Amino acid sequence: MQVESFQYDNKTVRNFAIATIIWGVVGMTVGLWIALQLVFPTVLNLQPYFNFGRLRPLHTNAVIFAFVGNGIFMGVYYSLQRLLKTRMFNDTLSKIHFWGWQLIIVAAAITLPLGITTSKEYAELEWPIDIAITIIWVIFGFNMFATIIKRRERHLYVAVWFYIATFVTVAVLHLVNSFELPISLFKSYSWYAGVQDALVQWWYGHNAVAFFLTTPYLGLMYYFMPKAANRPVFSYKLSIIHFWALIFLYIWAGPHHLLYTALPNWAQSIGIVFSFMLIFPSWGGMINGLLTLRGAWDKVREDVILKFMVVAVTAYGMSTFEGPMLSLKSINAVAHFTDWIIAHVHIGGLGWNGMLTFGILYWLIPRIYKTELYSKKLANIHFWLATLGILFYAIPMYWAAFQQASMWKQFTESGQLKYQFLETVTYMRPFYAMRSLGGVLYLSGAIIAMVNIFKTIGQGTLVANEDAQAPALEKAYTKHTGEHWHRWIERRPTPFLILSLVVILIGGIVEIVPTFLVKSNIPTIASVKPYTPLELQGRDIYVREGCYTCHSQMIRPFRSETERYGEYSKAGEFVYDHPFQWGSKRTGPDLAREGAGNLKKSNAWHFNHMDEPSAISTGSVMPSYSFLIDHELDTATTPLKINAMITLGVPYDKGFAQIANQDLMVQAKLLTADLKKDGIEVGPNKEIVALIAYLQRLGTDISKK
Amino acid sequence: MFSFIKKYTETMQDISFYPIFSLLVFVAFFVGVLWYVKVMDKEEVDAIKNLPLEQ
Repeated sequence: MQVESFQYDNKTVRNFAIATIIWGVVGMTVGLWIALQLVFPTVLNLQPYFNFGRLRPLHTNAVIFAFVGNGIFMGVYYSLQRLLKTRMFNDTLSKIHFWGWQLIIVAAAITLPLGITTSKEYAELEWPIDIAITIIWVIFGFNMFATIIKRRERHLYVAVWFYIATFVTVAVLHLVNSFELPISLFKSYSWYAGVQDALVQWWYGHNAVAFFLTTPYLGLMYYFMPKAANRPVFSYKLSIIHFWALIFLYIWAGPHHLLYTALPNWAQSIGIVFSFMLIFPSWGGMINGLLTLRGAWDKVREDVILKFMVVAVTAYGMSTFEGPMLSLKSINAVAHFTDWIIAHVHIGGLGWNGMLTFGILYWLIPRIYKTELYSKKLANIHFWLATLGILFYAIPMYWAAFQQASMWKQFTESGQLKYQFLETVTYMRPFYAMRSLGGVLYLSGAIIAMVNIFKTIGQGTLVANEDAQAPALEKAYTKHTGEHWHRWIERRPTPFLILSLVVILIGGIVEIVPTFLVKSNIPTIASVKPYTPLELQGRDIYVREGCYTCHSQMIRPFRSETERYGEYSKAGEFVYDHPFQWGSKRTGPDLAREGAGNLKKSNAWHFNHMDEPSAISTGSVMPSYSFLIDHELDTATTPLKINAMITLGVPYDKGFAQIANQDLMVQAKLLTADLKKDGIEVGPNKEIVALIAYLQRLGTDISKK
Repeated sequence: MFSFIKKYTETMQDISFYPIFSLLVFVAFFVGVLWYVKVMDKEEVDAIKNLPLEQ
């Protein structure tokens, strides 16, 4: 058979490698900054652009899409070419993919501090950037597929399956969750409302973890671990079961983010069952990874790359054990809304994604630069700093979460709640400080890695086009005797893609379609009315400031919650919420009934609290929002917003958009007149007025007669 | 968009059938995968397994 000569493209691999390490350091630095904001709230919150609520999405997006994203592409571009024995299909597409992705990251880094956000977690970027992501993702997918088609290796190794599943599922998730109605270049409303929006968001959110942070990295594990250990994967058959079971199960598990919420019960049950079953393929994969090192454990002691990989796979095992546990209702009741979840995601992020990325970087950079790693000693120091960093990060957060959850739930003998919410916040601060120390350790390690990698690059020369040879793929395939249908699909990437698509769509369709179509799933409440124009504007400020990053709007049906926050939340209360604002974390108290019952406060209280939270609530870690007192409300957008809401099905009267601003001003003047009684002079056209109006509206509908 | 489906699904009875249905679909799928792995050709598996190690 004719042997063909060709070249691997290492330049794109190098570019993504440098991007992953630089963005990694940036994303982790922002993470450390927001961690310290909870320790030193008045010093480190620089309003308006660098308040916690605006920086936290920047941290999550930077780490997920910039650090891990570039890490995925680095590993995929390296391994795909070698597994298929061919160069990437088109260098220009690779280049567009690289620079397009970096531009998206820069756009995110600019828009998020400006408060341009959809408020859907890990999907905060506004619609023009969403479109850019779609285009670049399709370019990546096309380039990958065209490469698969021109391959010189008949069989698709399991890593390639994981890449294909990643491509197709992320595309579906991104498209479905980003369905939004733009009202301007920088503002849109989610097409969905309330419960439906929440279900779609967490179907997306969970599967972003699954198909962006997990499946592509499993592909990398199945390629780079055998490479680093110089032995094949423990069981290839197990990897097949791992693949199919994982992609089938993952897609169903989203509702475990919404246990005890207003989501219909049947959907919660599906989420729990499938989340629990996920432990089996996940651990199958972990065991497969670790057993790949069978007979090579002595190497792990000396080889720093293997050390990184072992910790990565162990962290994968830990977080995929924890995930199913957290989806059990009794554990979820304790852990949800606390820092337990923050610890859990950091085991995954710092441990699984971080350690595997660094392991691959240390393995790959010397190879494409034809040199040795600059310093093994520095890499070892990095390993220990990172490992200790993870422990210092996670342990205080687990501890704190147990304590805080228990403080939220304790009653005195006379049946009163034992602790004020604020007491639990002040209790947390030493733990937040310890967590920051973990962050410092991990970040220091990453900076050392950056230096080590750049020094390695400096001492070598990039083999931009690496020579390789392989026999051409025989045109006519001769079947083995007794061959089964699966061999057929394994050789054909397009039917394979379609089969993966079908497998992941089943879960999504069964969960989402009934929630959208079955009327009885969202019982309507007659007294729930659309927001007034002023409240709607206030709500958009709430969204812009990322209040959802610290405050939930979802009271679960527990006595400890109904005593503290009032009547538990009903699905029908959120039917006009585009987007939903249930939140996922309570660094501050729940706000679902902030305007109702015992929680209702005066307008003056809200005004002073926004101005300087710690002056009203001693020990509060909330940033100041005093700029809202000076900022003018942009009322020019009011008619656009009302019309958009009408398009989305919110029942405002016909022609209301034209008179909405008059209505807005009447309500604003009433509110400022009330503030004046308490000696506060503020114009009715200021943003603070709209925000107070929104907060006062929260949770009041169901008590209206 | 979904109006032709909507007409029927709005009045869908026994939504609780869904979890059971989901489980059955998965079990069937999983059994299929197990069977698929069982009948795989050993030599071919070994060849694929070693793909990453080829230079």
